[in-house]
Amino acid sequence: MPGLEDLYKEIILDHYRSPRNRGELAVPPAHRVEGFNPLCGDEVVVYLEVADGRIEDLRISGQGCSISQSSASMMAAAVKGRTLDEVRSLSRTFKAMMSIHEASLDGDAGTAPEASAAEVADGLTAADRELGDLVALRGVLKFPVRIKCATLSWNTLLQGLDEVAAGVPPAEA
Amino acid sequence: MILTDEPTVPTLDVAAIKSDFAILERQVHGKRLVYLDSAASAQKPRAVLEAMDTFAQTSYANVHRGVYTIAEEATTAYEAARTRVAGFIGAASPAEVVFTKNATEGINLVANAWGRANLCPGDVVVSTEMEHHANIVPWQMLAAERGFELRFVPLTDDGRLDLAELPRLLDGAKLLTVTAASNVLGTLNPVRELADAAHAVGALLLVDACQHVPHLATDVAAMGADFLVFSAHKMLGPTGIGVLWGRTELLDAMPPFLGGGEMIRDVRLDGFTCNDLPWKFEAGTMPIIEAVGLHAAIDYLDALGLDAVRAHEVQLSDYARSALQGRLGDSLRIYGPTDSALRGGVASFAYRDVHPHDISQVLDEYAVCVRAGHHCAKPLMRRLGIGATARASWYVYNDEADIDALVDGLAAAGEFFGA
Repeated sequence: MPGLEDLYKEIILDHYRSPRNRGELAVPPAHRVEGFNPLCGDEVVVYLEVADGRIEDLRISGQGCSISQSSASMMAAAVKGRTLDEVRSLSRTFKAMMSIHEASLDGDAGTAPEASAAEVADGLTAADRELGDLVALRGVLKFPVRIKCATLSWNTLLQGLDEVAAGVPPAEA
Repeated sequence: MILTDEPTVPTLDVAAIKSDFAILERQVHGKRLVYLDSAASAQKPRAVLEAMDTFAQTSYANVHRGVYTIAEEATTAYEAARTRVAGFIGAASPAEVVFTKNATEGINLVANAWGRANLCPGDVVVSTEMEHHANIVPWQMLAAERGFELRFVPLTDDGRLDLAELPRLLDGAKLLTVTAASNVLGTLNPVRELADAAHAVGALLLVDACQHVPHLATDVAAMGADFLVFSAHKMLGPTGIGVLWGRTELLDAMPPFLGGGEMIRDVRLDGFTCNDLPWKFEAGTMPIIEAVGLHAAIDYLDALGLDAVRAHEVQLSDYARSALQGRLGDSLRIYGPTDSALRGGVASFAYRDVHPHDISQVLDEYAVCVRAGHHCAKPLMRRLGIGATARASWYVYNDEADIDALVDGLAAAGEFFGA
């Protein structure tokens, strides 16, 4: 089926069928945050353990379509163990990729500097390199109603990081 | 367009009906468009579009104000639509037919006008677990303000209202507000029985008839309704216009909802007096062209015959159930009652563990349009223990080939996602 392969790349289906870091963490010490996509009823729950400016551990639960669940799985694999600065930078880069407008309009759209000699050589931008497997989700842009599915887990994670930074007590499970 | 073999066995000539809908000639991804989302919004036949177009190009003006010829014509057309609606639903008088933006606005109108005047702390409003958000949220908003109690009739496991709970829930109620036909489960509710139960305790009955008026002959008196709402766009008519029907004495006693033009008789700097029914509730310039479209849609449906429409949908429901389960077996689960006679032309289903969004995405490759999500009924989704369903719904222009396309697409979705 042409078209569908753009959306459902093999790596996406792999994360959907075998989600990484799925489960829950004890609250506290973990912080729990929920995100909803009101259009489709998808929900993602992120459990976060932040220490020393780093995401020490993270688990994902909830339910949703292949795009929201695989995006959450890929996000979990990408941010676990990273510093908060790295995570925020990655989230900016990812959300810039998932926005048709942001990448060009938002001057703060992550780490997308001028193309280097290395980029010219292998065709990958610095942003692509930072995103790694997450680049597979770029195909979602051709299906605009699904973009929110792909960004749901990231927005939920960012809300959780803000809550942790602000000292908001963990939500009841 | 209309075909009746024998008066007792009404049937539809679906091929002829399909040709009345230009959009059904369209191809998507190189395939014939198969539209199975009429429960969300129906397509419009040429007769409706042409009626609106002709009116707009020959007689359009604002209504009720001008004395010139086309203003008279526009007013006549607008009020003729009201009279047509009144006859179509068995209203005692056109004055009982209030045009609104849609059914949602109709419910909000009752909540704000009737509810504010009649509901106090200690009062009870009863709704059900199968309602569309439009028949829950307005009451929650008002309950937060007025301090009355909101109760919900629970469901049986096969998706019907649990009427055993009704007497207890209705105790002290002033209003029972319920859908005539579930937009998710397809369940046809026993409206007359509900009306009698409500009236026995002195409560009124509001009927959300969005999924009923387009599909089954509707008679507000036979139903025993006190208020009834529906939208034109689900019954082959245009968006932007809906109907609130209410009994004259109730509408008469209610304060107005929106303030503005047309709804007033006189305005002074220290106050105003209201216009007569139904204009008391029609503030501002109304959807005039859309009223003409609604009139044409009713003419179209009436010419087909609601009995024939209903018989066609029941027959397609039977076909869909046997085709879906015959090909996909127990891996496909249809929610709601199993007897097609007890449900409308709607099937919400789960297929393997493929998410409804993904089902809908794959079906789109086959040009099959179905809805995926919670269908604005999240309390019902919670009751079913799921986040979303895929929903196919059929109407006068659908046939067995459309159902076959759905089944083929679902089989492909199953293969695509493996299991």
